[in-house]
Amino acid sequence: MSTRGRNGVACEWLRGEGRDSDVVMSSRVRLARNFAGYPFLSRARREQRREILVVAQRDIMEGSLAPQMMWIDLNELPALERSVLVERHLISKQHAKGEEPRAVAISSPDERLSIMVNEEDHLRLQVIRSGLAVSEAFAQIDQADDRIESQSDYAFSAKYGYLTACPTNVGTGIRVSVMLHLPGLKISGEIEKVRRAAQGMSLAVRGFYGEGSEAVGDLFQVSNQTTLGKSERELLTVFETNIIPKVIEYERVARRSLLEKRRVILEDRAHRALGLLRSARLLKSDEAMELLSCVRLGIMTGVIEKVDPAKVNELLLTTQPAHLQKLLHRDLDQAERRIERATLVRNTLA
Amino acid sequence: MKRKCDRCDNEATVHETTIKDAQQVERHLCENCAREEGIVIQSHAPINELITKFVLSKVGGGTPEKRAGACPECGMTFADFRQQGLLGCPACYDAFDTQLAPLIERAHEGGSHHSGKTPRRAGTGAGERQQRLMSLRKQLSDAIAAEEYEKAANLRDQLASIDRPAPTLKAQRRVSGASGGNGGGSAPGGSGGASGPREEKA
Repeated sequence: MSTRGRNGVACEWLRGEGRDSDVVMSSRVRLARNFAGYPFLSRARREQRREILVVAQRDIMEGSLAPQMMWIDLNELPALERSVLVERHLISKQHAKGEEPRAVAISSPDERLSIMVNEEDHLRLQVIRSGLAVSEAFAQIDQADDRIESQSDYAFSAKYGYLTACPTNVGTGIRVSVMLHLPGLKISGEIEKVRRAAQGMSLAVRGFYGEGSEAVGDLFQVSNQTTLGKSERELLTVFETNIIPKVIEYERVARRSLLEKRRVILEDRAHRALGLLRSARLLKSDEAMELLSCVRLGIMTGVIEKVDPAKVNELLLTTQPAHLQKLLHRDLDQAERRIERATLVRNTLA
Repeated sequence: MKRKCDRCDNEATVHETTIKDAQQVERHLCENCAREEGIVIQSHAPINELITKFVLSKVGGGTPEKRAGACPECGMTFADFRQQGLLGCPACYDAFDTQLAPLIERAHEGGSHHSGKTPRRAGTGAGERQQRLMSLRKQLSDAIAAEEYEKAANLRDQLASIDRPAPTLKAQRRVSGASGGNGGGSAPGGSGGASGPREEKA
């Protein structure tokens, strides 16, 4: 796939724009769907997988979605390019692996809409937007879903709703997840409070790369765990009017409190991080994320000026291993990556 | 409390119930007396054999489609599901409803019925259409595997009349060709509209 823009970044969701973007990095909605009349992928033979791929490609690339979509056959894409897609949150790690017939369709150039074909379900639609935009993301995915459904029958039952390979996704098949930058709460030691509040509402709190990942760089994802019995609208309301505004407020209070009571500590942390990023000759991936998180906090609280927050957001992506190699057009081992990562960061923040 | 044999003082291990003249008659005998009475006794089966028989009666065995308790569409058993965590096909939800319903309710924290978006086609016989499509596609797949091309062509026509034409091999080639290159492929050629009929060449 082609990458565009400065340092090859086209991810709209990383721009750091939109509502409440001082705390909310991005909002994501995904839908799990399966075509009627085919087995789920665990029981599908290779020729059936191929057939599903053909049906999906026709529905996506010959229907009204076609003008904005780019079709990528993952078996024809080099491993590095697949890793780039994983880092951009456009496909899952699981989807990047394997040799079975599978694909992804991505809206171009904004990369807001992506549709994984033959992952765990026949279709996994996803819309990802900058800032708090859960309803907007849902409106877009709902429309894409309607367009596919106007051409093909989905597996659906009145009792269980949209039928999915794993019964934990059955019903609406929806997963809403909001990525939050919570350094204030991390410093004040109140992250557990958020976790508890979220769990009480059947929501999960996870790290940057979702299930099982650590919260590197103070980035947390809050997402729903249940999909049956609650409508899409009810779930969106929980996110938009309940949990997320509450967490945003917690984080802002924590940041204000740091500014008022521990300003020097905050300033030291942010400027020390900026100094390191501008001087380091070797940088590990997680270290870069942690430092960038501190700088971002400094920018958002006003203790760091004259650094473009968009550049910091962009570095969160471009310092990842696959993006770094893609940018330099060559394979890099771990030691080389540390050198090149430090160089990229120095040049970007100079 | 252990029951004594009706004929001697040994412990009764054979229990027979018969209906005679609309009356229920019970007999409790030890193995020796039972044999003398002409009752055919099967020797005690080892416990593991009993368990195997029990498990087979619950989860099935033999060929996938014939296994007892297997999904009639895809042949998956509930034991397979427990192992993999993924169901085999949409019909599995019906086939295993008794076992699945409590699991689903627990996973969804009390949610047991769908609430929310419904496909526009649902309620217009879509359920039956889904079943029929599934069944026809399965038959088609089997026919192709068995190289019964005439039957396959016939099934394909039936599929086309229900929904849309099944993709032909030719169509598959065209599509995979169009998605070539390094992933920068765009919409494949072809003039098909959103849902217009397409040429069918078996």
